[in-house]
Amino acid sequence: MQSVISVSGVSKTYATGFSALKNINLDIRRGEIFALLGPNGAGKTTLISIICGIVNRSGGTVTVDGHDISKDYRAARSLIGLVPQELTVESFETVSSVLAFSRGLFGKPANPAFIEKVLKDLSLWDKRDSKIITLSGGMKRRVMIGKALSHEPKILFLDEPTAGVDVELRKDMWALVRTLRESGVTIILTTHYIEEAEEMADRVGVINKGEIILVEEKAELMRKLGRKLLNLELRNPLTALPAGFETYNLELSPDGNKLTYTYDNQAERPGVASLIRDLDQAGIQFRDLDTENSSLEEIFVSLVRRQA
Amino acid sequence: MNHRAVWAIYKVEMARTLRTIMQSVISPVISTSLYFVVFGAAIGSRITEVNGVSYGAFIVPGLIMLTLLTQSISNASFGIYFPKFVGTIFELLSAPVSYLEVVIAYVGAAATKSIGIGLIILATASLFVELDIQHPFWMLGFLVLTAITFSLFGFIIGIWANGFEQLQLIPLLVVTPLTFLGGSFYSIDMLPGIWRTISLFNPVVYLVSGFRWAFFGHGDVAVEISLGITLAFLALCIGVVGWIFRTGYRLRT
Repeated sequence: MQSVISVSGVSKTYATGFSALKNINLDIRRGEIFALLGPNGAGKTTLISIICGIVNRSGGTVTVDGHDISKDYRAARSLIGLVPQELTVESFETVSSVLAFSRGLFGKPANPAFIEKVLKDLSLWDKRDSKIITLSGGMKRRVMIGKALSHEPKILFLDEPTAGVDVELRKDMWALVRTLRESGVTIILTTHYIEEAEEMADRVGVINKGEIILVEEKAELMRKLGRKLLNLELRNPLTALPAGFETYNLELSPDGNKLTYTYDNQAERPGVASLIRDLDQAGIQFRDLDTENSSLEEIFVSLVRRQA
Repeated sequence: MNHRAVWAIYKVEMARTLRTIMQSVISPVISTSLYFVVFGAAIGSRITEVNGVSYGAFIVPGLIMLTLLTQSISNASFGIYFPKFVGTIFELLSAPVSYLEVVIAYVGAAATKSIGIGLIILATASLFVELDIQHPFWMLGFLVLTAITFSLFGFIIGIWANGFEQLQLIPLLVVTPLTFLGGSFYSIDMLPGIWRTISLFNPVVYLVSGFRWAFFGHGDVAVEISLGITLAFLALCIGVVGWIFRTGYRLRT
C-alpha cells in the first residue's frame, strides 16, 4: 500500500543533549488508522511535532504525500491537521471564530457551511457563539479537534486524544475517527491506553526511549492477544508427552509436572474441553489448572521492559 | 503568499484590540491628556515658547512619539508572546505560513493599532492647542515608519521573552527612559553641552526630532539624519527578525 507519510532516519537531540529520537524509520499508509504507543517520555509527541513542523529535527528526512516537510513545507503542512495533547485555546474567542481562524491560517477560503458541519459533528453547534473560557474541558477538547478539521486535512494527528476524557466523549471520539477514516483521512493517534489502540487502530507502532521497537498489523497483535495458555499441574509427573496428543499444541515442563496447552480462545473450538476429556481417558490426572492471557498490554510491557 | 493566513491573524489581532478598547485606546488617550495638563498647562505657563512654537504645541509630536513607541512595542510583543505563553503557537508553527507572512500579520496589526492611537492623540491634542502641520505627508510617513519599526522591535521582544517580567523589562528599563530623555518634552538645545552630546546617542532623539520637523519645520537635528537613523533601526530590526526565523530562536526547538 502507498505510504502517505514517510519518516526516514529521523533523530532529535535537544539543546540539553537529551536524545529524544534515534534514527526513526516509519511509513504511514494512506487511509489507515495508526496508533503510536509508548510510555510517557518515549518520544511520541516529539515525533509528531517534527512531522507537523513544530520542532526541528536533528537529522533524517520526512515526506508528507511526497512533499519534503522542509523544502515544500506549505504543501506538506496544508495536508495535516493536528490535535495536540495540551488544551491550548484562545480563551476569549468564540468557538466558531477560532475554527474560522484555523481555516484561514491554513489558506482555505472561508466556508461557513463547512464550519457548521464540523461544529455539528462535534456537538458544538449550540456553543458556536460561546467564549471558549466558558466551556468544559471535554468541549475544549472538541474545539481542538474542530480547529484541526476546519481546514479539511487529509492526515489527522491526534496526540493523546482521550487523556482525561470521560467515557462518553471517548466513544464519540472513536466514532468520529472512524467516520473520518471512511472519508479517506489518514489518522495517526498516540496513546498510552492500550485498549484505545485495540479499539481503533489498523496498525500499531510501539516507541520507547526514542526508538520504534515494533510496527505491526493490529490483527496480528490481536492474534497474539487471542492466545491463551492452559496450565495443568499433574498429579504424577510424566517423562514424555503421551501418545495420541500430538494434535494438541502441548508442552511438557522439564520436570514433567506441568503441561501447558496454548490455544486460540477466539476460535470456534478452542479444544479445551476435548483435551480434558482425552486426558481423563488416558488416565492422566491433574491437581490444579489455571489459564492466562497474553494481552497486547503484556506484549507491550514486555517489549518496553526488555529494552530497559 | 498565503494571504488568507495573513488576513486571519491580522483580523484576530485587531479583534483583540477592539475587545480591549478601554485598555488599548482610551487609556493612552487619558494618559496623554494628563501629560498635556501637567506639561502643557503647568510648565507651559513658564516656558511659553520653544523655537518659536508655543510649548503646548511643541510637546505634541513628542507625546505622540512616546505613545507610538510604547504602544507599538507592547502590542507587538504581547501579540506574539501570548500564543507562546498559552501554547496556541503550535498552530502557527504547524500552519503553511512563511515567516514573512507571520511578521506582516503581527507587525501590521500592531502598527495599525498604534498608528490609530497616534492619530487619536493628535486629534485630542488639537482640542488643547492650535496645530499647523507643515509637512503632513512627512508627518504621516514618520508615524507609519516609526510604528512599523517599533512593532518589529516589540515582536523581537515578544519572541525573546520567557515570562511576563521579561516582556515588560525592555520597555520599562530601556524604552521609557530613552523616550523621556529623548526630547519629548524639551529641545535638546536646552540641555547643557555634555548632556546634549550624550543625548545624540539616544535614537529616540532622532525620531522625535524628525517628527517635530514634520510638524513645525524645525527639529533638533537635520531631518535627513532623523530619517536615516529611523531607517537604520528598521533595517536592524528586520535583520534580527530574519535571524530569529532562520534559526528558529525560541520558536522551534
